[in-house]
Amino acid sequence: MSTLSNVERLPRAGHTGRVTQPRVVFSEWTKLHSLRSTRWSLLAGVLLTMAFPLIFAAVTSSHWGSMSPHEKADRHPLDIALAGVNVSQLAIAVLGVLVITGEYSTGMIRASFTAVPKRLPVLWAKTVVFAVVVLLLMLPPVLASFFASQAILSRHHILQVSFSDPGVARSVIGGAVYLMLVGIFALGIGAIVRNTAGGIATFAAIFFVIPPLMNILPTSWNNAISQYLPSEAGRQLFSLTHDAHTLSPLPGALLFVGYCALVLGIAAVLLVRRDT
Amino acid sequence: MIEARSLSKEYGDKRAVDDLSFTVRPGVVTGFLGPNGSGKSTTMRLVLGLDRPTAGDVLVNGKHYREHLAPLHEVGALLEARSVHTGRSAFNHLLALARTHGIPRRRVDELIDLVGLREVAKKRAGQFSLGMGQRLGIASALLGDPSTVMLDEPVIGLHPEGIHWMRTLLKGLAADGRTVFVSSHLMSEMALTADHLIVIGRGRKIADTSTSEFLSQASGNVVRVRSPRATELEALLAGPDVSVAALEPNLLEVHGLTASQIGDAAAAAGLALHELTPQQASLEEAFMDLTREDVEFRTAAGESEAVA
Repeated sequence: MSTLSNVERLPRAGHTGRVTQPRVVFSEWTKLHSLRSTRWSLLAGVLLTMAFPLIFAAVTSSHWGSMSPHEKADRHPLDIALAGVNVSQLAIAVLGVLVITGEYSTGMIRASFTAVPKRLPVLWAKTVVFAVVVLLLMLPPVLASFFASQAILSRHHILQVSFSDPGVARSVIGGAVYLMLVGIFALGIGAIVRNTAGGIATFAAIFFVIPPLMNILPTSWNNAISQYLPSEAGRQLFSLTHDAHTLSPLPGALLFVGYCALVLGIAAVLLVRRDT
Repeated sequence: MIEARSLSKEYGDKRAVDDLSFTVRPGVVTGFLGPNGSGKSTTMRLVLGLDRPTAGDVLVNGKHYREHLAPLHEVGALLEARSVHTGRSAFNHLLALARTHGIPRRRVDELIDLVGLREVAKKRAGQFSLGMGQRLGIASALLGDPSTVMLDEPVIGLHPEGIHWMRTLLKGLAADGRTVFVSSHLMSEMALTADHLIVIGRGRKIADTSTSEFLSQASGNVVRVRSPRATELEALLAGPDVSVAALEPNLLEVHGLTASQIGDAAAAAGLALHELTPQQASLEEAFMDLTREDVEFRTAAGESEAVA
């Protein structure tokens, strides 16, 4: 048991600083890296991003001889290199939700909003810090998985593609940018729902449940609607090929950014209005 | 300085705070006294702008809390509900709060030492006992060296040494010229700490007075007097506003006079006193009487008594 100090008078601080947006960003960076759950989720994101491309590259190489021409035509090197992005987006989304709902479930949000009573600087700081961390942390594994999967495939002289080929660099870097935007989207959902389970469920519904449900619709409807869903629009960032029923990379990316802005905007309005 | 003007807060159709007006002044410890569920915590949340009032207004140091540019230097608050992420260490919790205001790291260390959490500063707050959690909350409240300190039930979970430390700390904060606003549901605790009392029940103000005045009113100046010459003393003390009851031979209970008045009178008449005790024990009862109608949730026994 620790003991109380003999000093019962509060020492003067000799310092008076205002709340500024950069200071709140620094504070949110302190919060993010000082939690174990952050480190585990990000580590999972990094490992998943790299593991799946390596496995797919190895399996494809070893089975190439026995694959039908149709199967071979269906394989694309970038689908292999970026397979991990589809998986790790869940880890990133869960962490994005937790960044804000973790504060509500523990009561930390009251301390945060007492220190920054205008509240919005906290939302912006969380978004900026999380987005930068995800981008910087996910870009190396995305690049690494591209070059590593290509190295495995090149030993069998199959599915070769160069980083300088048209669209390849955009797709690979786009994979990391997509993960960053998924994180922002999930953070916004978390701020709206304010509950971890609810936030993750909402994210999963939007990204993993609604898209396949579109197949129930008549094909013409499905083709018309699906391309505008957040997950489909965002996917164009890291898809090399596009057809008549998908958006091109830039419109897709802009639409996904728009969805993120919309979710954050709703979160901002609610954050200022609601009781804590 | 905290100024509440006709403050009201409703949650659905439940009125937690009802037309509450009061001023908490600097330089003294002001106790905020009321039974559990009387609206103390809600009032404090309204002060901090965590909840918005349904009606009325509350200012801290002359402004709405949200308008302060450096809120941690204006108000330090300990809320009843825990406000700490359970996965973060005490040190990092304080550091994260400090960085919003550019408060340096050494100030965080200073506060950790002040509340005696040095040995556990790197431990996750989720593993803290109630008392350690309280001390972390107090460190957060004092981080910015605020001119107004507002603590909700600060002695809960503290061991006797901690309670004594808290009383001394609160008095020191007031002596520095700060505004100190402390809530409690324990009359006895407030009697020892607070100079001024704001008493509420069911969200309404019942009393707003100095502690000494509240105590003398509440206890009704009951003094227990033991004397070998009790009968003579009884005759001596008799007066229009005084009533004396003989509890035992040589033991009187005097209503309407202070202990010093009785002692002086006895000395002047040359009567020996073996005991002269102001009856503070009745304070809790007096407080209960005062707030009885205002307790939101009565016990089942109390309810059936009321019906019978």
